[in-house]
Amino acid sequence: MSATDFSPTAPAIFAPRSGVLAGTVDWIIRHPRMFVFLLVLPITLWLGIVYIGALIALLIQSFFSVDEFSGVVVREFTLKTYGELFRPYNLDIILRTVGMAAAVSFAAAFIAFPIAYFAARYAKGKWKALFYIGVMLPLWSSYLVKIYAWKLVLAKEGILNWLFAKLHLTWLLDSVLAIPVIGGNSLSVSYMGTFLVFLYIWLPYMIIPVQASLERVPGSLIEAAADLGATPRQSFRFILLPLALPGVIAGSIFTFSLTLGDYIVPQIVGNSRLFIGQAVYTQQGTAGNIPLAAAFTVVPIIVMGIYLWGARKMGAFDAL
Amino acid sequence: MHSDSRASLGLKLAAIGGLVFLLAPIALIFLYAFSTEEKSFQWPPPGFTTRWIGVTLNRPDVWEALSLSLKVAAISTILALIIGTLTAAAVARSRFFGRETISLLVVLPIALPGIITGISLRSAFSLLDIPFSTWTIVLGHATFCIVIVYNNAVARFRRTSSNLIDAAMDLGADGLQTFRLVILPNIATALLAGGMLAFALSFDEVIVTTFTAGNQTTLPIWMLEELVRPRQRPVTNVVAMAVVIVTVLPILAAYYLTRDGEHTAGSEK
Repeated sequence: MSATDFSPTAPAIFAPRSGVLAGTVDWIIRHPRMFVFLLVLPITLWLGIVYIGALIALLIQSFFSVDEFSGVVVREFTLKTYGELFRPYNLDIILRTVGMAAAVSFAAAFIAFPIAYFAARYAKGKWKALFYIGVMLPLWSSYLVKIYAWKLVLAKEGILNWLFAKLHLTWLLDSVLAIPVIGGNSLSVSYMGTFLVFLYIWLPYMIIPVQASLERVPGSLIEAAADLGATPRQSFRFILLPLALPGVIAGSIFTFSLTLGDYIVPQIVGNSRLFIGQAVYTQQGTAGNIPLAAAFTVVPIIVMGIYLWGARKMGAFDAL
Repeated sequence: MHSDSRASLGLKLAAIGGLVFLLAPIALIFLYAFSTEEKSFQWPPPGFTTRWIGVTLNRPDVWEALSLSLKVAAISTILALIIGTLTAAAVARSRFFGRETISLLVVLPIALPGIITGISLRSAFSLLDIPFSTWTIVLGHATFCIVIVYNNAVARFRRTSSNLIDAAMDLGADGLQTFRLVILPNIATALLAGGMLAFALSFDEVIVTTFTAGNQTTLPIWMLEELVRPRQRPVTNVVAMAVVIVTVLPILAAYYLTRDGEHTAGSEK
């Protein structure tokens, strides 16, 4: 009986075909479980075993410690390395990074809102396309090129200082830079500079979810509020903001976590005080203290875990 | 939400101000690439020249970094396309033990900070005695490129009606024919878009790469060295401009491809 026999007496299932390829294909089709197994085999091997294995190995190392005299890693379970995180110097690094992440997220929400609102509610035609490009171009441009662009902007002989000089506002810049902690000799070596670069790089990640959540707000809702006598401020406070909040929180997940893990921006624009990412990098590299580096990587994981848990409670995942 | 009423002046100014903040630094890159100034980032540029483009084109180190980056991006994209599509097919089309775990697993490399992925892979390579090579960079990149392809493919698989596949099989197509003639045309644009995004992501990646490259130089690592210790500003300006162009073109293409893919045949379930 051949596979092309369509007479009513032919069995419903065709006979196996000959040939290695056809035979294999038929065999796989007839064993759906095997088929699925073959589909997920590569991902399981690579991500499930090598990647997860490597992550777990890293976590285990954070429970080891480094012998202070010989500098050799002692492979015994201890919480000593986690204790080291609470030394004033290391605690400062953690607080500095979390503080920066919070400041960047707040500022990003503040700047993103009008852009997202305008793009969602008023922009059409050419303006809509311009806003799309305005968000997508910086989002997808090279990360390093964006940092480089800000090096150009913040340079002493660069455009920002030139602008302040032209507007006769150099005194304003100087007085801002004179503020202790956030100020410094110039913008490119101060927290202000680091903050501006972080804000720029992660801003599109805030605009997109905020705009998505605003697009779901019916325009009639705002008009109804206005008809019922709400001032623009009131309709913003009681209607727009609560409805956009999940989008803002979703965006802040990105801005917060991306700032927590970054180690290149503060290395290029900023002063010599370390952020978590830089601490991890120096501990595993030049210092050779893998356990402390591993313990430092646990910090953003825990902070983000708490953050995500809170965000979930506020319904942020529906806005992604 | 869309409204025919006019925006208030304050909102307009804030939105346009935001747009300027987003676009001006990128525009600066293009201006500086033609500046005659070599030693500083002087603004306004004292003059304009196209000389540095020629100089950059004759730099072997830039070419070597570029070719390594292109090679790594191409191989990682192909790997990601294969693994990502297979995984998407399994997750979208069938229920099996560990399905939820796998869809979480795929997202993990992009959800965790790059530095964690980088350090873990580096320690895994040293544990397994794998010396640094192009392949270690590729493995690092493929790890986070998979999710990009996966996301695009899984969305398309869900939109592609399984009736189409059943119909093809009922009409006598074997597995390979169904794949080639029914499944592939349906998911092709999603794969192309995912592939382009993965390529752009890999081409630009620096954080994981610093951990898996050893002493090889990809283009982003070349840029990073210039950022930390600027030695040849005019050449860096030109390279930065070229990188913007190379990363943005695939993005625009991917946008148009996925936009048209919303209306796939047989998508009404």
